[in-house]
Amino acid sequence: MISIRNVSHAIHGAPILHDISLDLPRGGVTALIGPNGAGKSTLLSLIARLVKLQSGAISVDELEVGKAADRVLAQHLAIMPQSLTVSARLRVGELVMMGRYPWHQGRPGAEDREIIAAALAKFALEPLRDRFLDALSGGQRQRALVAMAYAQGTDYLLLDEPLNNLDIAASRHLMGLLREMAEREGKSIVIVLHDINYAAAFADRIVVMSGGRVAADGAPGEIVNDGLLRDVFDTNAEVRLIDGKPVVLV
Amino acid sequence: MPVAVILLALAALASLSLFVGAIDMSPADLWRDPEALRLMLVSRLPRTLAAMLAGASLAVTGQIMQVLARNRFVEPMTAGAGQSAALGILAATLFVPGAPVWIKMLIAAGATLIGSVGLLLMIRRLPPTQPLLVPLVALVYGGVIGAAVTFVAYQGDMLQFVQIWLTGELSGVLQGRYELLWIAGGVALGTWFIADRVTVLALGDAAGRALGVNVAAVTAAGLAAISLVTALTVVTLGAISFIGLVVPNLVSRLIGDNLRAGLPLTASLGALLVLGADMLGRVVRMPYEIPASAMTGVIGAALFLALILREPKHG
Ligand SMILES: Nc1ncnc2c1ncn2[C@@H]1O[C@H](COP(=O)(O)OP(=O)(O)OP(=O)(O)O)[C@@H](O)[C@H]1O
Ligand SMILES: [Mg+2]
Repeated sequence: MISIRNVSHAIHGAPILHDISLDLPRGGVTALIGPNGAGKSTLLSLIARLVKLQSGAISVDELEVGKAADRVLAQHLAIMPQSLTVSARLRVGELVMMGRYPWHQGRPGAEDREIIAAALAKFALEPLRDRFLDALSGGQRQRALVAMAYAQGTDYLLLDEPLNNLDIAASRHLMGLLREMAEREGKSIVIVLHDINYAAAFADRIVVMSGGRVAADGAPGEIVNDGLLRDVFDTNAEVRLIDGKPVVLV
Repeated sequence: MPVAVILLALAALASLSLFVGAIDMSPADLWRDPEALRLMLVSRLPRTLAAMLAGASLAVTGQIMQVLARNRFVEPMTAGAGQSAALGILAATLFVPGAPVWIKMLIAAGATLIGSVGLLLMIRRLPPTQPLLVPLVALVYGGVIGAAVTFVAYQGDMLQFVQIWLTGELSGVLQGRYELLWIAGGVALGTWFIADRVTVLALGDAAGRALGVNVAAVTAAGLAAISLVTALTVVTLGAISFIGLVVPNLVSRLIGDNLRAGLPLTASLGALLVLGADMLGRVVRMPYEIPASAMTGVIGAALFLALILREPKHG
């Protein structure tokens, strides 16, 4: 379980997160949605200790963020940040292998290579394995970054807007993979999404953030309605139920 | 394999280098003439080894610098590290003239470390959207420290020494006067152990931490390697620029930025360039010599321009 207790955060004196307390239980897909600037990426960065915690406490299972060793935490939790631009000229296979770093510490073994091969296959990257990242399309690069986080082999996977640049087939494929990982491998996945329909269709649970606070939290059917779109997103879109699932008409 | 080709070329050039110079000498002379053998062991061999050691280690540490600076266009020698090394050795010569060489060497390395940390602190505040600002600031920074060196040397009446440190050349290399460079070579070899961690840092400090890399320790180790190699080169040969810039960019084009996988190519290409530059400097104006640093400047600049102009456009 990821447990977030009374976390507040300010950047250059400007408050960004206000006293957030949230439990993300083990297993399943949790979608984090909210308007631009709501603080979703900031919250993920704090969980993954990419940014130093200012107040409050976060723990991942028995590991306390900020106290646990970086390497140990890296074996439990992987993150794909929103703005990871890789300027280094690396091949897809090399990048995905970097995800194994917490385990092999620079000396990859047979097991690491097997996991890499599986990850490349899972994300349909095998034909691109020896391509340089700067010779990929935006969507292909995005897929390679998700594969790298997956290859890290952690129970917890934080993905910040992984659907960026993906076409509809790739988006549905990726969301399907994430569901499968949650169900078959028991992984806990937290994913920032902007398309509420994807969140409603694939997530077990939706957490809505707004203005640095948690505005709503629950199953998609309970959360997604006209009121949410009006109050949180400030737009008048209609929500209909199709097969019992909410669908936003855009 | 490009490495095999480069190594072959390096071996050929190195054997040739043993017989190129103001005094004519052929392989057969080595058997007949004891004087020729002495010349070989005391001068030509040390000179050839020095060129290769300096070239290899400058290329390797240049690449580490570029990862730490997150910019392809900086090089320790021109970005303040080289000038700081000169400042350090100048200060050591002025204030502790009687100290043994290794003490002076440590003072120079310390000054270089401070100079490199100063540069990193400065350029990390620059906006990442302006990549050309970094080499510009680095150049100005190096220039300012260089000016300080000249000023102090002028006050201390040591200008001719400074010229020696700021212009790298190998005509003075003799047995007993270049051995510090073996340490530089050792340091460059040692970076193999941190190479994969440095490559992870190329994704950014945050990504490094997310993968459990001790970012501070790896950065410190990288800076230490850069400072040692720069200071050792400046003290024994003088500043040799462009190698740390051109070779990593060339290797990146050829096989990418995986530092550990690229290390043999980077090192052998660096060795090849400095040795080639020194040999050219020996022959173009026989019996006079052109300093190796002048030759690397010319060759390096030409190579670099070619690289930039051929850079495939993307995005
Ligand atoms: N380095 C920074 N300096 C100042 N303000 C920042 C900085 N980084 C983030 N912020 C502010 O923090 C707030 C939350 O940012 P965050 O990136 O967490 O939002 P987000 O919910 O992920 O938005 P998006 O959907 O656009 O990715 C925003 O108002 C943003 O302007
Ligand atoms: Mg965000």
